[in-house]
Amino acid sequence: MRVGLFVTCLVDLMRPGIGFAAIKLLEAAGCEVFVPQSQTCCGQPAYNSGDRASAQALARKLLGEFEACDHVVAPSGSCAGMIRTHYPDLFADQPAELERVQRLCARTYELCDFLVNVAQLKSIKEKSIKTITYHDSCCGLRELGVKSQPRALLAMVQGLSVTEMPEAEVCCGFGGTFAVKFGEISTRLADNKCGAIAATGAEAVVLGDLGCMLNIEGRLRRRGDMKTQVLHIAEVLAGTE
Amino acid sequence: MQITSMHFKARAGKKLADVKLQAALRKLQSNFVKGRADRILELDNFEDIRAAAAAIRDRALASLDVWLEEFERNATARGAVVHWAETTEEANRIVCELAAKYDVRKAVKSKSMVSEECALNDALEAAGVEVVETDLGEYILQLAHEAPSHIVAPVVHKSRDEVSDLFEEKHKLPRKTGIPDLCREAREMLRPHFLSADMGISGANFIIAETGSTLIVTNEGNGRMVTTLPRVHVAITGIEKVVPTLEDVTTLLRLLPRHGTGQSITNYVSLTTGVKGDGDLDGPQHFHIILIDAGRTKLIGSDMQAMLRCIRCGACMNHCPVYQNVGGHAYGWVYPGPMGSILTPIYAGLENALDLPNASTLCNQCGVVCPVKIPLPDLMRKLREKQFERGLKPWPERFGLALWGWAARRPVLYAALSMMGVRLLAWMGGAAKLIHNLPFGGGWSGGRDLPAPQGKTFRELYRQHKRIDRINRTQQD
Ligand code: SF4
Repeated sequence: MRVGLFVTCLVDLMRPGIGFAAIKLLEAAGCEVFVPQSQTCCGQPAYNSGDRASAQALARKLLGEFEACDHVVAPSGSCAGMIRTHYPDLFADQPAELERVQRLCARTYELCDFLVNVAQLKSIKEKSIKTITYHDSCCGLRELGVKSQPRALLAMVQGLSVTEMPEAEVCCGFGGTFAVKFGEISTRLADNKCGAIAATGAEAVVLGDLGCMLNIEGRLRRRGDMKTQVLHIAEVLAGTE
Repeated sequence: MQITSMHFKARAGKKLADVKLQAALRKLQSNFVKGRADRILELDNFEDIRAAAAAIRDRALASLDVWLEEFERNATARGAVVHWAETTEEANRIVCELAAKYDVRKAVKSKSMVSEECALNDALEAAGVEVVETDLGEYILQLAHEAPSHIVAPVVHKSRDEVSDLFEEKHKLPRKTGIPDLCREAREMLRPHFLSADMGISGANFIIAETGSTLIVTNEGNGRMVTTLPRVHVAITGIEKVVPTLEDVTTLLRLLPRHGTGQSITNYVSLTTGVKGDGDLDGPQHFHIILIDAGRTKLIGSDMQAMLRCIRCGACMNHCPVYQNVGGHAYGWVYPGPMGSILTPIYAGLENALDLPNASTLCNQCGVVCPVKIPLPDLMRKLREKQFERGLKPWPERFGLALWGWAARRPVLYAALSMMGVRLLAWMGGAAKLIHNLPFGGGWSGGRDLPAPQGKTFRELYRQHKRIDRINRTQQD
């Protein structure tokens, strides 16, 4: 099974380790991983800011890069969600491309979703970290239905306990450019999230999206919490945290 | 209503710092969010009902003119008079003319957000008519000279203590603190108004084409008094509220109270059909129904039409993390929260509410709770696109995005720029690997650090790994 890894621009820039963790997991699940070198961004920032033309150009680029793969996997619910639920809208008035896009969408997955439902990963080795809580990132949860998959994977890790935080499904306040444009509101939402994480007493908050990760970690550190780790689920599962 | 949505950001900042407001807003969570979650569990085929509700609204909107004409025919047959108002000003003018015609000195009102759209109270008062709001929340706001901050619970921003103080000051009676005592006091104040009013003004949650009836859902019973006691009843609502049949309404009513107030059904569901007939014990002698366009027909056939399905339940704002933290007044017009972030720019002008479509993380919590399946985040994004097309976006954002989009289409250049970028950021992060002050970061750094990157991009490292792999393999061979 040839899987194209869409690393996502934020992982590429901010936390490349997550990309390698994803490769490790996919290979452990028996996939042949292919990483197109010209990949950049899925176009989500442009799309959500109303710049349809730029979003479409980037979508077209991604389509060309990944079309040859059996599956496309991204370690991010919001980028996988962008492709799967919003690319068809971008090509709604271009029937020829739309058909290609729809074929790509049907084969595009968020990492956990793919590992559980397609690759059917069965076992994961023991990890050093013992107690975690899981934050449900909005797009993964509400666009792609990623809720039980990460928990199923975490449950395979021996000796790891997951304590659910209150309101795990509430947005952390990132929202792309929202975090910059509405800094105060965004910070308040992040602060609420940090409070919920702290209430669990977990060593780490684990999640599946870079935006939330930067936002939550940024707020935890500013609050003076230097201890609670903020980890991508791929890092926890691959043991590269 | 005067629009102040351009000040969203500044207002929101103040609201975040308002401790009393923050405490008051927490009620939403416990009452409405939990209430809805519990009540929809009572329906074993909830998603089917939701799909049916959306379909009913779509069916009404698809032939809006047909249903409206049928409504007019049936309402007229029962003795009501239907007026068509293209603008809110026209609606106000019609009500004022009716007040003059029937020699009205006092009007009692039940809750109507459409009348807020029109700023009807101001118009009537200018015409010399005393207006008394009789919905408890609206009554409190009228005493306090404040605007509603929620479409279902207009006074959600106030604490009980504040209401106690307000009643003591305005009613000049000993201060009460218990909710039943406060309610009783308001009742006693309102009773003489009901009895002496010449005109009752209500809104309508739905208007029903096949019977020509208007329908309101309330909990306090004031709606019944307003629609039956005074000589003249004026119902004022938007043209999109029409539904074809009573059967349709029953489906919508299974969802509206559950999503609005977390109730299986409201205390009252009142249908008003025609004027007082021979032998009827009560009812108005004159019944006028004012149907307002004020921007609605513009949406028919447009990419925003789905917004007209809205049944004004308020669930989208109750569940919105932004609304939950800034409250309704920050939004600056009649309708707050996600639905308001769409309706305000549409009805009051895109350029008058630039922040609103952007003041959302697009987390889609609103979209998943909306009982008539309005894709609210998609509609906000469409408004962002319209802002972009019309050049209404601030230049740093346009410039930044254009640069990003341009570079991201050129992989080689992008790789070079990103390699430099991450090195710079890593250097800025220092030993603690945290950037405290991000240049060009706008609002990011006020309350957050930026975790610094590792210093090399994934693609760089990946190439290195591949190279090492290759060398290892050649050595093994
Ligand atoms: S948009 Fe949907 S959730 Fe919001 S008030 Fe209207 S019907 Fe209710």
